[in-house]
Amino acid sequence: MPAPIRLRELIRTIRTARTQAEEREMIQKECAAIRSSFREEDNTYRCRNVAKLLYMHMLGYPAHFGQLECLKLIASQKFTDKRIGYLGAMLLLDERQDVHLLMTNCIKNDLNHSTQYVQGVALCTLGCMGSAEMCRDLAGEVEKLLKTSNSYLRKKAALCAVHVIRKVPELMEMFLPATKNLLNEKNHGVLHTSVVLLTEMCERSPDMLAHFRKLVPQLVRILKNLIMSGYSPEHDVSGISDPFLQVRILRLLRILGKGDDDSSEAMNDILAQVATNTETSKNVGNAILYETVLTIMDIKSESGLRVLAINILGRFLLNNDKNIRYVALTSLLKTVQTDHNAVQRHRSTIVDCLKDLDVSIKRRAMELSFALVNGNNVRGMMKELLHFLDMCDPEFKADCASGIFLAAEKYAPSKRWHIDTIMKVLTTAGSYVRDDSVPNLIQLITNSVEMHSYTVQRLYKAVLDDISQQPLVQVASWCMGEYGDLLVSGQCEEEEPIHVTEDEVLDVLEGVLVSNLSSPITRGYALTAIMKLSTRFSSVNRIKRVVSIYGSSIDVELQQRAVEYNALFKKYDHMRSALLERMPIMEKTTTNGPTEILHTNGEAEPSVRDSKHPPNIPQPSSQANDLLDLLGGNDVVPVIQTELPTKPASSGGELLDLLGDLSLSGVPAPAAPISVSQPTFLLDGISSQPLFNDVAGAIPPMTAYNKNGLKIDFTFERSNSNPNVSVITIHASNLTEVDMADFVFQAAVPKTFQLQLLSPSSNVVPGLNKGTVTQVIKVLNPQKQQLRMRIKLTYTHKGSSVQDLAEVNNFPTQSWQ
Amino acid sequence: MLSSYEPEFRVVFVSVSQSGYMIAQTQLAMYGCSVPQMRFLLLFSRQGKLRLQKWFTPLPERERRKIVRDMTMMVLARSPRCCSVIHWRDLKIVYKRYASLYFCSALEDPDNELLALEVMHRYVELLDKYFGNVCELDIIFNFEKAYFILDEFLLGGEVQETSKLLVVKSTEESDLLQETMEEYMRKPAF
Repeated sequence: MPAPIRLRELIRTIRTARTQAEEREMIQKECAAIRSSFREEDNTYRCRNVAKLLYMHMLGYPAHFGQLECLKLIASQKFTDKRIGYLGAMLLLDERQDVHLLMTNCIKNDLNHSTQYVQGVALCTLGCMGSAEMCRDLAGEVEKLLKTSNSYLRKKAALCAVHVIRKVPELMEMFLPATKNLLNEKNHGVLHTSVVLLTEMCERSPDMLAHFRKLVPQLVRILKNLIMSGYSPEHDVSGISDPFLQVRILRLLRILGKGDDDSSEAMNDILAQVATNTETSKNVGNAILYETVLTIMDIKSESGLRVLAINILGRFLLNNDKNIRYVALTSLLKTVQTDHNAVQRHRSTIVDCLKDLDVSIKRRAMELSFALVNGNNVRGMMKELLHFLDMCDPEFKADCASGIFLAAEKYAPSKRWHIDTIMKVLTTAGSYVRDDSVPNLIQLITNSVEMHSYTVQRLYKAVLDDISQQPLVQVASWCMGEYGDLLVSGQCEEEEPIHVTEDEVLDVLEGVLVSNLSSPITRGYALTAIMKLSTRFSSVNRIKRVVSIYGSSIDVELQQRAVEYNALFKKYDHMRSALLERMPIMEKTTTNGPTEILHTNGEAEPSVRDSKHPPNIPQPSSQANDLLDLLGGNDVVPVIQTELPTKPASSGGELLDLLGDLSLSGVPAPAAPISVSQPTFLLDGISSQPLFNDVAGAIPPMTAYNKNGLKIDFTFERSNSNPNVSVITIHASNLTEVDMADFVFQAAVPKTFQLQLLSPSSNVVPGLNKGTVTQVIKVLNPQKQQLRMRIKLTYTHKGSSVQDLAEVNNFPTQSWQ
Repeated sequence: MLSSYEPEFRVVFVSVSQSGYMIAQTQLAMYGCSVPQMRFLLLFSRQGKLRLQKWFTPLPERERRKIVRDMTMMVLARSPRCCSVIHWRDLKIVYKRYASLYFCSALEDPDNELLALEVMHRYVELLDKYFGNVCELDIIFNFEKAYFILDEFLLGGEVQETSKLLVVKSTEESDLLQETMEEYMRKPAF
């Protein structure tokens, strides 16, 4: 049997293949040769064959038949074999398969080998892909090597220990004695890996953290020496000595200094020194500065230092390097809550970043801009953001539009400005506006009584130009239906009134009805609007004609409506004017500011509504959007970043429910025998589910936390839009005499769940049980696992700040099944 | 004593600001979370051919292949005007092009992207020192050596040696330890 071809020979041959088919043929031939060689248990060429197999594996071909061969190579005495064998193990073996456990004994032997490079390669493999069982078996060996004086092995052992701790956290304690003198090393490699090991331990256990706090002075000294030391060629990067070590030390200092006054004070000077002296012309200096800024912001640093940090971020924003601008925006987003004023100073630079060419930068700049909008700068900011909305890529438009609506709602200086802003959004990005914006806008318009004529006039003009943007057309149709009489009468205070006849209005609405561009929902709006005009306009015959035509429409929804309206004309004409009356003002049941997400249905009778249903029922239809975000529908947004409309939704629900809303609110409908059947809800894209949850009563509430006078109860509802989502409302009450202020509730759930927290009702829990703070949590539980939660409570009580962590395990089974 | 730890808790504290605008903050909690880790490092050519793949967390083969495909597509589609950071799932992808090779690493969210660029740059420098004016062909024909160097530089996703000299020195000394053909043939296997 001729010797198998050499690795490089094979690579050269494969690269000559001109087509994929040719390559595949060569590979198959070689694999066959390798397979037979393996079958013959050929020790001599096993190494060469496995190496070739690894190459073919990288090209994308299967190589699982080489797994056992790797194990044989690892067991070999020849270093060449071991090297390839371990490499193969790292590439081909998977901790999911039991076969990897066969390595354990070999690794154990190799960890005790006389040659450090054999020990090294074993440590490397263990630290890269060791499974939990392997780590348990071999932790003792690693710990031994952590104490050796050989710095080559010590540094590898340290990182191997990090891996062991990640896989089997209970073993962390056994490495504690070995960490004693780690920082006394001069060798940078050992120092670096030791700092990583200490960081890992401190992150995982508060006791370790407390134990290692005493190392702060030593760490500060090491960092200082690094900065002050002269040029060291082997560690230098563009004039900076060992930036990797500097950054790791800064990170460890951050963890040790967090929440601790003394430690934070001890590191103040060195942080200031690094912040001011680091060379910023190259990426490496900026990497260190970035880490420094993160540390300053996280620990209890003095205000001067914090301002310095934010100014550094501000300077980053002006840097030519895109990456640096990007990290600056990301960091500013994190700090904008705590240091709002300082970040405001950089507002104009941030707004300029909206014009950047890079997608990631634009998105960050947009998020940050929204966070910076306040009552003072709203006009200017909105101008910029509206311009951005116009120019940006479609992927941003939905979020930008929602953000603008939110900000406009909160900070609108005048109603007219508010409506103008909404109009601009609808005309610029009308097709990207979220579905739930339409009912919100309709409610807003309804409530701005004095602006009705102005609004309808502007909307009318907008749809004259363009009926392709559905949300715009829907809102416009609705308004024309409601306020058509104002439009025709030509009364408008805000603007030059235009001359519109009834026929022209009906032309537009009929145009919407017949147009190919209109969606079924929009057509529904238009038809209803036309119907409403029958009581406001005099050309009733024309309306009757339109309605009767659609009585035989193919679209079932339109047909049903038309038939019902027809019936209104024929048999119930006496009721028509009462039924098609102007919509009443919808009371908002929430306030601006830290609002509850209160979505109420028809507010025809707000008082009846409130007494009938508890205030915190979340809105399923907008949940549908939020859930999509929860499920990671948006790649660019990390973690959970959902827009929460803080206004209550759905006057749109009423749209369909001209007749039905009265029945929903409990007031008997004026003998309306016309069936407004439930299915009509489904075809109205605004609220696709009944808005109330009958299941609310089915899941018993529970007490999650009761300590020091603070009691937190959980009540449960099931979301109608998604059976995997549980909606939990927390009710925090305070039985002590003194109020609990700055109350913040935070929650964490296991990895298989996802969590969304909505705004709390307030952040003061009044004493003596005089009131409760409520907050809604939505938990997505696709795997239907037992729900567990860790909660963190912070508040100030009697002058001192209290913080507590607790686990909640006593969830009733119905809440997660 | 040490408090109990449950590895499967992924701690994401979400807080709502006073203005109602929700900012998601992934904070490393006191329990449960480890230091942000590099998840993988990939090298691929401008035509999308994989030249090196280093995985620091266990993943099934199919998943790995899919990720490689996704990364290649995503990175190759970026224009040169873009910044080097892409958000993908819950990770940050940091990439940089060196001649005809793209170096692409995946970091967990709180990690320092600028430092990741330095790590990749250092790896390129090490390759350069070892091979002498390294080019893509060197890595194609000597891929196992590229891995050996990487394994002297990174371990479990973390930098193990910050000295430029020592990494190359260890690799070269290990090379010397490799038996000559004669020795290899003569030496018993087990």
